[in-house]
Order: sequence, then structure tokens, then C-alpha cells
Amino acid sequence: MTGLLVIGIGNLDCGDDAAGPLVARRLAGRVPPGVTIQVRTGDMIGLIEDWTGCDGVVLVDAAAPVGGPGVIHHLDLLRDELPPGLSFASTHVFGVADAVGLARALGQLPRHLIAYAIEGATFEPGAPVSPAVAEAVEAVATRVAADMHRLATGLAGLPLAR
Amino acid sequence: MANRTIRVDYLARVEGEGALDLRIQNGRVTSARLKIFEPPRLFEALLRGRGFAEAPDITARICGICPVAYQMSAVHAMEDALGITVGGQLRALRRLLYCGEWIESHALHIVMLHAPDFLGYPDGIQMARDHGSAVRGGLALKKVGNELLRLLGGREIHPVNVRVGGFYRVPSRAAFGPVAEALKQARDLAVATLRWVAQFPFPELERDYEFVAMRHPDEYPIDEGRIVSSRGLDIAVADYPSEFEERHVAHSTALHSVLKQRGSYLVGPLARYSLNADRLPAELRALAAECGLGPTCRNPFRSIIVRAVELVYVVEEALRLIAAYEPPDAPFVPVEPRAGIGHGCTEAPRGILYHRYVLAEDGTIREACIVPPTSQNQLSIEEDLCAVATDAIDLPDNALRDRCEQAIRNYDPCISCACHFLRLAVHRE
Repeated sequence: MTGLLVIGIGNLDCGDDAAGPLVARRLAGRVPPGVTIQVRTGDMIGLIEDWTGCDGVVLVDAAAPVGGPGVIHHLDLLRDELPPGLSFASTHVFGVADAVGLARALGQLPRHLIAYAIEGATFEPGAPVSPAVAEAVEAVATRVAADMHRLATGLAGLPLAR
Repeated sequence: MANRTIRVDYLARVEGEGALDLRIQNGRVTSARLKIFEPPRLFEALLRGRGFAEAPDITARICGICPVAYQMSAVHAMEDALGITVGGQLRALRRLLYCGEWIESHALHIVMLHAPDFLGYPDGIQMARDHGSAVRGGLALKKVGNELLRLLGGREIHPVNVRVGGFYRVPSRAAFGPVAEALKQARDLAVATLRWVAQFPFPELERDYEFVAMRHPDEYPIDEGRIVSSRGLDIAVADYPSEFEERHVAHSTALHSVLKQRGSYLVGPLARYSLNADRLPAELRALAAECGLGPTCRNPFRSIIVRAVELVYVVEEALRLIAAYEPPDAPFVPVEPRAGIGHGCTEAPRGILYHRYVLAEDGTIREACIVPPTSQNQLSIEEDLCAVATDAIDLPDNALRDRCEQAIRNYDPCISCACHFLRLAVHRE
């Protein structure tokens, strides 16, 4: 499969909102050659341009707490609805769900679109990452690295382990 | 019609949060209050005690949509205080960076935030199913604007390459190749967007605004000029405090800016266009006329057409600036701190943005004053709401609510700057 992309979403300086960028940082050297790793902050409408031309995309983002800090949700965004109460943390006009909805309406979704959402505890500017989220960051990085190896070697689909 | 209350808990497609109370008594609109309840963000206090060189990066953080506007007004004010002038290609690069911000801001607002109002969709995503081509065009335009910010500013949100005196580094001519090609295609997309919005159905409303905008001897105003109005104001930027003042109102945590002599005024695309249509290229003026715009426009709902005209303009202006670009000898003019007072004003996508700083001998900021466009438009928004609701008072509650929301979105209000936005309640008694 060609065009593999991991996007860590969030702000490194806003507490647990750093989860996505921290996962992206942890993936350096752990994914196959040719996999693009990037960070996106702010308006999520740009996700559509980010994944144009990509077959397999994994998003990693912080989420508002539902179960507890550090809880990991694994979602197939082409198939799954967001669990009740779970929302990606965003202060902007367009969030991740909006970008997916818009891409669907325009026929611009990638063939595989997976999201890992890590529930956070605090999103205050300047706050540190909470310990449970820091632990989840490493766990998600391991899973995303495995996803990318499977996709890069042509195994169909992404794992659905939850 | 008596004793009805219409409430909207959250107004979509604006940046931020707030509320609006519309009161209707005996079939007459008696007040419209924009209630901004976000906590003050205290940027002006935050700037006190910081070095003059920090202002562009600190003020850029006021807004994720128009950070370049904050940077430009900040550096102009600092350079005024420090007695330096930035001209030639450095000034051209600043204008080019600003074009990028206008492109992304206008494209996003026209296509994703405002157009759904006119076509009867709840949001841009629903609209995209039926108007995919227009939405794709808008997204492509926004992407070109982002590219310009990335190239000149280092990144697309909160750029980091602007400094007092110029830039930290400047690009080579060759670096503009890809974005220039993208801009050529973007020009066609912008014209298509203009023709698309010109066909929308527009509510009939003419408002007697005092337009306030910048005016330059030769150019459509973006980064330089005097401050003029449709009622005879014509002042240097440094005279802004003598003509305008900010007032605290009990129902808003954002200050209301008024003309001391005459009260409310309007900044933004309608004002800019109506005071500067003669500064647009003749071909674009003809296209605007073809799309139903005269040399002035007083219907706030038609601001979407004016934005689209400006979108075409800044795409063409960006291409012109790139074609004429020669890398300057140095990326910035040397700057030495000194005591002084400086004023800066530039045209953010939503209207004029004024900065004033008082500096100590060592360049430390002693005082800071920032007046964003949405603060300046708050009174006009309230007056528009009164006019719109009066004209539409016999509409069913839902339709009246929708019309009021649409009227607010005419302004592309950025409450991140003025504070935040918006819940709407209509009280009928």
C-alpha cells in the first residue's frame, strides 16, 4: 500500500492535548520508510489536504474524558460512530469529525482512516501531561507503529483490537 | 406575536462564544445587545514589561485566523516608535504574507461559514453534498493561502518569521515557484467563487453606515495608508486615539470602540471596498460590476460578494508581488531600542486593526493598546440586528432567528479577538 500517513493532533503546550503530537514524536524511527508522520494543530479542515493522495491514514488525538484519563479508543472512522459523549478536543470552528464529514461529502476520504483517541484530564495552557495519558502515549505509539508495518507490507485492513 | 421568546443556545459557524439578546415589545424591536461573556484575555497587560521585539510573536497568539494582521500592526507600531521605515522588497514580502492570510480567511468564511446561510443548509458539510465543486474550490483556495503563510511565515498558524524591521529570513525567488503555479489556478477558482456567490438571494437591506477603512495613494489598502471614513475623516494612523475611543459596556467583556464625535462605524470588506473601489484594477472593477456591485455597497448581506471580489484581488496581488520579487540584501532593517510612542494600523480581513505602544529607553513595552476589528464593529452588529429584526419581524420565530444569525455572520466575527461568541435569544413582549 502506498501513501501512509500518521497525524498527531493537538497542542504540546496545553496539558493532555499534547497526546497526539507526543505519539507522533515517539514514532520517529519506528515506522517503515515512506510513512509520513506529521503534527497538526488548530483548524482541522486542513486534514483533508493532509491526506489527499494517501491510502492509509491514522489520526491520534486527545479526547474529552468519558471513562478516565488515559483510556484509549480505537475507531475506524469510515465505519464507526463516535462513542456517546466522546468528542475530540478542539477549540476551533472545525474539528476532526467535521473534517471527516466534509471529506465524506466530497468523496475525499482515504481508503483506511483510523483514529486513536486518548482521553485526557486537563487541557489548560502550560499544564503538564497527566501520568495516565503519558502512559497511554507509549501504548498508542506501539500500536500505530504496528499498524503502519502491517499496512506497508500489504496486509489487508487495520487491526481492530480495542 | 406577543410574549414570545426565541432562544438559540449556540450560534454555529463563528469563532468563539457569546450571546445576543433581542427584545421585541409590541411588535417593535427595542434593543439588540451583543453579550460577550468570555473572560478578558489581558494581552495588553501581558505585553507590559516585555521587550519590543516580542510583540509580533505575542500578539500573533491573539488569533489563529488572523495572526498576520496582529503581527503586521505590531511591527508597524514598533517601527513607528523606533523611527525606522521598512520599504522595498521587505515591505512587498509583508504585503504578500498578508495576501496569504486574506486568501485563507476569506475563502473559509465565504464557502464554509457564510454560503450555507444563503443556500438554506445548516452547515458547509451538508452544503458540500450538493455544491461539491464550490467547496472544493474554497478548500483549494484556502490551501494556497496556507502555503503562502508557510513559505513566508514558517508555518500556517501563528507564523514565526516576522520581526520588527522585516523577517528572520527571506525566501529565494525559486522558492516561490510551486505557490505561484498554485496561485494561477487559484485565480480561476476565486473568480468562479465570485460568480457563484453573486447569484445568491440577498435580503433587501440598506444601512447608513459610516464606513471606516485605510486608504493608500495607489493601492487597495492592506498594510499601509491613512484612516478615512465616508463622512470626511482623513487622519494619519497616529491620530487614531484622538478620533476613536473604547468604552466599557456592562453586557460585554469586550470593549466597544466608537467614533468620539459620531458613535458607531463599520470596518471590514464593505467599508474597505466602498472607500477604495477605485483602487482595484479596472478589470476587477468590471467583474465586480458584472456581479452586481456598484462602487459602494450598503447591504451587509452582500458583504459575501465583496469578500469574493477581495479574494480575487489578493490572489492577483500575490501573483504580482511574486513576479516582481527580488531577494533583498538583508532580511531585516537593523533596529536599535529607544524610548518612544508608536502607532500601527493595518487591514485585517475583518477590518482595521490598531496597535499603540509606549516604549522605555531599553525597548521595554510600558503601555500597549490593541483595538481589533470585531470590537469596532460590535455597535454596528447590534444596529444591524435591530434593522434586520424590524424588517423581518413578521417572520416565524425560527426564520427570524436564522435571519439574525445570518446577519451576524455577515461580519465574519472573530470573537477570539474581541473575546468570543455567541448565543442568541429573542424576547417578544
